[in-house]
Amino acid sequence: METKLTGKVIVVGDNVDTDQIYPGAYLALTDPEEIGRHCLEGVSPQIAPDFPQGGIVVAGRNFGCGSSREHAPIALLAMGAKAVLADSFARIFYRNAVNLGLLPIVCPGICKKVHDGEAVTLDLDAGHVTVCATGETLPCDQLGEQQRMILEAGGIKPLMRARFGKQ
Amino acid sequence: MHAIEKILAKNSGRAEVKTGEIVTAKVDFAEINDLYLQTVYSFYEMGGEKVWDRERCAFVFDHYAPCPDVKSASNHKAMREFAQKNGLRFHFDTNCGVCHQVMPEAGVVYPGMILVATDSHTTTHGAFGAMGTGCGATDMATILMTGEMWFRVPEIIEVRLEGEAPKGVYPKDVILAVLGKLRADGAVYKGIDFTGSYVENLNVAGRMVICNMAVEMGAKTAYMQPNRDVIDYVTARAVRPFEIQYTDPGYRYAESHVFDVSALEPELACPHSVENVHTLQSVIAQGDVKLDQGYIGSCTGGRTEDIAAAAQILKGRHIAPYTRLIVVPASNAVMQECIRLGHIQALMDAGATINAPGCAACLGVHAGILAPGEVCITSTNRNFPGRMGSKEASLYLASPATVAASILNGKITDPRAYL
Repeated sequence: METKLTGKVIVVGDNVDTDQIYPGAYLALTDPEEIGRHCLEGVSPQIAPDFPQGGIVVAGRNFGCGSSREHAPIALLAMGAKAVLADSFARIFYRNAVNLGLLPIVCPGICKKVHDGEAVTLDLDAGHVTVCATGETLPCDQLGEQQRMILEAGGIKPLMRARFGKQ
Repeated sequence: MHAIEKILAKNSGRAEVKTGEIVTAKVDFAEINDLYLQTVYSFYEMGGEKVWDRERCAFVFDHYAPCPDVKSASNHKAMREFAQKNGLRFHFDTNCGVCHQVMPEAGVVYPGMILVATDSHTTTHGAFGAMGTGCGATDMATILMTGEMWFRVPEIIEVRLEGEAPKGVYPKDVILAVLGKLRADGAVYKGIDFTGSYVENLNVAGRMVICNMAVEMGAKTAYMQPNRDVIDYVTARAVRPFEIQYTDPGYRYAESHVFDVSALEPELACPHSVENVHTLQSVIAQGDVKLDQGYIGSCTGGRTEDIAAAAQILKGRHIAPYTRLIVVPASNAVMQECIRLGHIQALMDAGATINAPGCAACLGVHAGILAPGEVCITSTNRNFPGRMGSKEASLYLASPATVAASILNGKITDPRAYL
């Protein structure tokens, strides 16, 4: 797991639900690459085509609320996102993200400090996020032990493969 | 301990659990819906061979019932093959209905159990004194392999609902009022225990409506202490013996919110958020809200009681010209009961389109999709942008009675005038 990463951001608002992250019309799709093309289409269809590789999604409160669809973190990862920084996350989205190796990091107030296209640095060990342009630093929550263990293994799949002797 | 904590303790082999602890608990029943072929993929990617217990997991084909296109049909085919290969005792194909209705009907939901499903509305089963919670595809695949899942023991908040509902106020209005106050993230990662005299006297269907929408406040799970109606319901159906859990006297909730149900009015969640709740009268006072479609259905608002409430208003009348009303019974059993009771006839005479049981347009996949600029009033659970089709469409969430009275007039209308 990368504990320090820098990336350009796109900023979305409060209560961005999983229908906005991944509209219901595409739920039958199963190929990650195809899924990634529709990421955040409910916010703007322009986000996915323009998304910078290794970028970071910044959101307000309750990111990922609504449906339990795992297509949401699959789409974010396939679009090229490494992490989501938000005031808060909805529970099922949070679990799904951890399971798939997408970093969901609680960083209160971050969405008010950056704009689309600006870069931030997430330093998990130090427990803060730095806005590159201004140098301003905001504290972020540490991951729980369970979440860290899953993310360090690269997601739940490698952990399960090891447990079932299928390395 | 709270009853939810006792369920988690029992299933994780502990004498007690504490808020915030991570426990690994046995799952009593696991359900996979038809949006989740990824579960099968993840199962094999992680080295799965056979499911842990063929009696304790099932697929429900409800979101694409019946299939609207080749892609969803192919997904069904792959999932059906997986179910057959594993010899799953229960299988709910496209002829059954919405998972949260068909599972209780089949007796796989009962008090004191842990139910996990690949669907956020699994909080519904708190209505039966069960701990129900939703998960994603890969979490579900780990359950299919191990029969377990890790849980953080949640804070429990109390939502106390006291008094009798006035005429025209339905369980849907009650939960919308709660949601308006607690907001869309008011219970993130928490359990909500619905208590009070209103809950004690509420029937099974009404309890399911309220617990169903607990997730719209972010809740991990919901709970209601089983009453006589619940015990009768599960006793007639449960596929195995069950033990009701009780919260210890003096248990201290993380928060308590008290609502006087007798003072409530019909409510609406206005576009485009479930927390944008206003009384119906205050919305009407701002001017007419013209409608293109009414929708009655889903795991929230498609039960016999919901369809009966609509039929009561629409019987002998006809929906407004140039509007449509889509009715989707929550299950095959609900549809048959509504046929027997004459509700389907009454609604068809009133101009309704009846669709096959399932999730249908609730999540915007088929059977009642909206065009840009259209306005729909619906008994479902979410009014997010694009939820029922175009993101330029507008959705109002309401009780089935409000949906019926409104589509009758082609504009949002107070149902109390017809009761």
